[in-house]
Amino acid sequence: MTARRRHPLAGYAVVLTGLLLAGVGYAVVTGAGAASASAPGITASAQISQGRQIFNEECATCHGMFAQGTPGVAPSLIGAGAAAVDFQVGTGRMPCKELDAECVRKPPQLNTQQIHAVAAYIESLGGGPRIPSALQVSQVGANAGFGQQLFVADCAQCHNFDGAGGALTYGKFAPPLTQATPTQIFEAMLTGPEAMPVFNNTTITPKEKRDIIAYIVQTTQEPNPGGFSLGRVGPVTEGLVAFLGLLLFMVFAAMWITAKHRKTPNE
Amino acid sequence: MSDVTPRHGHGDNEPENQALGSQRSGADDGSAEPEGAPHRVIGTPSPAQSRMLLGETSTGSTADSPVVRERELPADPADLVDAKRAERIVAACFILAMLAGFGFIAAYVIFGVHSVTKVWHSNLALGLTMGLTFLLLGAGATIWVRRLMPDVELSEQRHPMRSPEADRDAFVETFEEGADASQFVKRPILRRTLIAATVPVALAPVVLLRDLGPLPGTKLDHTVWRPGMRLLNYGANTPIRPGDFSSPGGMITVVPDGFQDDFNALAKAACIIIKFAPGQVLYTPQSHPVDGFTVQNWTVDNIVCYSKICTHVGCPAALYEQTTHHILCPCHQSTFDAARGAQVIFGPATRALPQLPMTVDAEGFLVARGDFTEPVGPSFWERGNSS
Amino acid sequence: MSVDKALGSTGNWLDERFHGAKGFRTLFKKIFPDHWTFLLGEIALYSFIILLLTGTFLALFFKPSMTDVVYHGSYLKLDGVHMSEAYASTLNISFDGRGGLLMRQIHHWAADLFVAAIMAHMIRIFFTGAYRKPREVNWLIGIVLFTLALLEGLFGYSLPDDLLSGAGLRITQGVLQSIPVVGTYLSFFLFGGEYPGTDIIPRMYILHVLLIPGIFLALIGAHLFIMFHQKHTQMPGKGRTNENVVGAPTYPYFMAKTGAFFFFTFAAVALASTFAQINPIWLYGPYNPLAISAGSQPDFYMGFLEGSLRMMPAWQWVVFGHTFAFNVFIPALVPLGIVLTGAALWPFLEQWITGDRREHHLNDRPRNAPTRTALGIAMISFYGVLWLEGANDVLADHFDVPLYTITEISRVAIFAVPIVAYFITKRVCLGLQHKDAHLLEHGVETGIIRQLPSGEFIEETRPLDEEMHAKIARPEPLPLPPGETDTGAEVPAPGMRGGLGRVRTRLNKIVTESVQVNGHGANGHGPNGHGAHADEDHAAIGASAEEPPDHH
Repeated sequence: MTARRRHPLAGYAVVLTGLLLAGVGYAVVTGAGAASASAPGITASAQISQGRQIFNEECATCHGMFAQGTPGVAPSLIGAGAAAVDFQVGTGRMPCKELDAECVRKPPQLNTQQIHAVAAYIESLGGGPRIPSALQVSQVGANAGFGQQLFVADCAQCHNFDGAGGALTYGKFAPPLTQATPTQIFEAMLTGPEAMPVFNNTTITPKEKRDIIAYIVQTTQEPNPGGFSLGRVGPVTEGLVAFLGLLLFMVFAAMWITAKHRKTPNE
Repeated sequence: MSDVTPRHGHGDNEPENQALGSQRSGADDGSAEPEGAPHRVIGTPSPAQSRMLLGETSTGSTADSPVVRERELPADPADLVDAKRAERIVAACFILAMLAGFGFIAAYVIFGVHSVTKVWHSNLALGLTMGLTFLLLGAGATIWVRRLMPDVELSEQRHPMRSPEADRDAFVETFEEGADASQFVKRPILRRTLIAATVPVALAPVVLLRDLGPLPGTKLDHTVWRPGMRLLNYGANTPIRPGDFSSPGGMITVVPDGFQDDFNALAKAACIIIKFAPGQVLYTPQSHPVDGFTVQNWTVDNIVCYSKICTHVGCPAALYEQTTHHILCPCHQSTFDAARGAQVIFGPATRALPQLPMTVDAEGFLVARGDFTEPVGPSFWERGNSS
Repeated sequence: MSVDKALGSTGNWLDERFHGAKGFRTLFKKIFPDHWTFLLGEIALYSFIILLLTGTFLALFFKPSMTDVVYHGSYLKLDGVHMSEAYASTLNISFDGRGGLLMRQIHHWAADLFVAAIMAHMIRIFFTGAYRKPREVNWLIGIVLFTLALLEGLFGYSLPDDLLSGAGLRITQGVLQSIPVVGTYLSFFLFGGEYPGTDIIPRMYILHVLLIPGIFLALIGAHLFIMFHQKHTQMPGKGRTNENVVGAPTYPYFMAKTGAFFFFTFAAVALASTFAQINPIWLYGPYNPLAISAGSQPDFYMGFLEGSLRMMPAWQWVVFGHTFAFNVFIPALVPLGIVLTGAALWPFLEQWITGDRREHHLNDRPRNAPTRTALGIAMISFYGVLWLEGANDVLADHFDVPLYTITEISRVAIFAVPIVAYFITKRVCLGLQHKDAHLLEHGVETGIIRQLPSGEFIEETRPLDEEMHAKIARPEPLPLPPGETDTGAEVPAPGMRGGLGRVRTRLNKIVTESVQVNGHGANGHGPNGHGAHADEDHAAIGASAEEPPDHH
């Protein structure tokens, strides 16, 4: 007798409303990281507290509630500095969900404003290298030739002369530099991510870092005047092309020249 | 018979070409004929063993009775219609090749160089026109041979490589007569003194090579490092204070002061310094290298200095992983543990990287205490275990 | 008519001076057999000519000097950088001369093709047995040419004095230095003192442009002349015997084909140089003994030496103050030694084992010489493992395999893979021989099934046509080992007695193991050498095993 009193879709509506309420409520209660616009004039302390919030949600699981690190899982970030955060999160390496030999570059999960907030928070915990200014990474007036000298002496043995990357031990690798921005290159040198050594500003000065960056950027961007670059891997691919391309072509030509003449209809 | 045999060209015998077509038995199994030209004629008589009779020319004709030779090669291909078509294709290939060839010359004039992009365009234009020219020439020539020249399959007799006995005997005779006449065998004094005279002539060119280079002496045992010589940060070539090189996990290439542009010196003297956090390095208090330990009083403030020259075959071993503190040489993957005296943990190198003794000078810069206590770089015969 | 006129004037002029009519006629009528594998050597020959032409161009601009200069050319990224004159002049050729980069790239691609073609040609000669008498000397000349080509390439790509090839030079020096007794002297004499010195580039230059090309010209000339004089080998086929050459005459056929092939070679190399960048020395930078790059490899033909250096465990002996650096000079000398010495000795070893002293002008099908083919494949896989190990860091990076794992695998593979390859190849060859024997005895299947009155089904076969038959049938019986006769006499021949003689007998049995074809026995055992299997093959589909073998 009550069969027709409720609309057939009423049940679904109830469930949906419940879900919505729960979701919104959760979001309100936890203040989850929806894209919050960067308000001009945001104060340092507001940025730090926003950073702490994001950190607790995204990073604390591995790095600890107070960034003290978890042995065997994630290092302490006290003293790591804003530059390290900007690099790691900006290149998408962090958050690193898979504990493989190395964390790889992927699309970043936080936007720039959020990254800077977390960076400010980490800096507040123990200082450390700061994010370079635009001037520090500017290419204007940089000497790529000098950068080349430094690059081949201290960088190419891992990253290869073209910045194509290379193998390290136990499954690690030095990544290619083709996608790195000048800021990221600066920060990587400064903070020494994962297996990379630390090149602080008194070992390789900011001016020298700019020169190295100029060399890397020009190298990765310049055209290949000789044709396709074959990946810029070097003689290994050149040898493959010589055998599979050149020699094979010649073999086909030889087969054509010596093939028996098939009879035409008029013969 | 005169013993002067007429000689000719390669020493090859007169080829006896026989057409094969008529020798093929008719295949009645219904399989398709592989060849094109149908009717062949047996042209020349069967091959004779000796090729020359006195008075006859090589073609078998004499002055009085010339032999009429039958054609060995057909004048035209079997299918003339297809040949006409092929002729057009070949002509087209050659005309295009000519155009491409002129294109090459034009490209040379039009496309300049002096920048990476311009060189790219010039290379494309020149290479493409050159490649096309040759490709079309080759294709045209191939079609010409295959479709315009009549198919032939001829046979030529081989003769055994071994000469006929008569020739061999004649050679032996000539050789022996000459040996007799030369007195070489009969007069041993002549022979032996001749050989003795040529020995120094043969050795002299080897001796002449002596001044190609100096003798190694003890040069490989030492580098240019001396007590008090400053370590320079390679590139800017500035001296280094421990306080500046203070980030644990840091690594940089260093060179001896005064030799930063001297490749001969750098090929042995280039080093890397590595900064460790306290407690990471396994030290020995001894003042000389001990296997698996880093000499403590050769370090400054947990900064260690090792030779950059790999002890395998001399590549710079510079790949430093700060997390594992391994130094990896990229050439053949010799791996050294920088926290354990740079001892070898993998790869073909047999010896640890030598450690450079360091201290600080009066102004607080890093300096060497002296040269390495063992030869740097790849092994060599005279090296032994010298320290 | 115009042909006669041309012959009339020019031909007459030449003939009156050089007595050429008979010789040239012989040359023109000379028969060249046709098979595509016979053109592999020509690839090498024409690449060599291209190298000479482009090399001459480059030599007009290259400066073989290690004097330090500061670069101010068109490649702006390196402006102001110190480098050797050699490197600077290579940059100038690449960026400041029209066609310079093209000539450089053609030269380098042609060099790669040259060595690759020599390898392909050498492999063809080996697998078809074309090195047998009377061509042993030509085989040896070929091996010398191959070795010289490796050296010539090494010197050639080291001339620009860039970081990549300079690292290779350093390795060469380290290897030289490690040789016992004379190593340090050799190194000091070659480099004019300590490494790197200032002499090595000018010295390599004169070796690369004068001495080695001169030896090449002489040896290639000899190689071709011997081939001419002995006449080319030919593949088995209809009408082709050991006593004739079947094909088309040099004039006009072979001349036209070889001319076409030259154009194709040049075209291939030119197009490669247009679309595929090779040896971009401007990206490597000038050489510096304290700099190195990840992924440093030599050109592919030196890759096997690189692999052996990477694979070797760390062994050395120090005895009475002297070092035996096994970790360096074993990988440098042993694989090269095995490959080259083995190749050089093989024709004579095979002659000794088989006792076969006849002339051979018909090529073997590889399956008909199973042991030779298996050994060749084993040697190729040995070489291949070394090659792969030489690229181990590139492989590790691109295929995500840990670096040390590749080396550890190769240390085992270098022994295991050739052995396994030998056995598999030998079985494959024998299997193919079985198939050939079956074809010869029973003909080709037609796919037509007939039912016999007795109820069984058979598949009709037809005999092979003459062409196929001639290709497949073994043209000559296998040689009997010295001393054995058809009657199976017990007394071994003089050459087969004693310790060495027994080794020889044993090897002979292995090398001549083969499947019988048409009653020709293997190892002189008579028609039933491997006969048991052949009888089974006669059984028809559906018939029981006891049926008497009396079909077709």
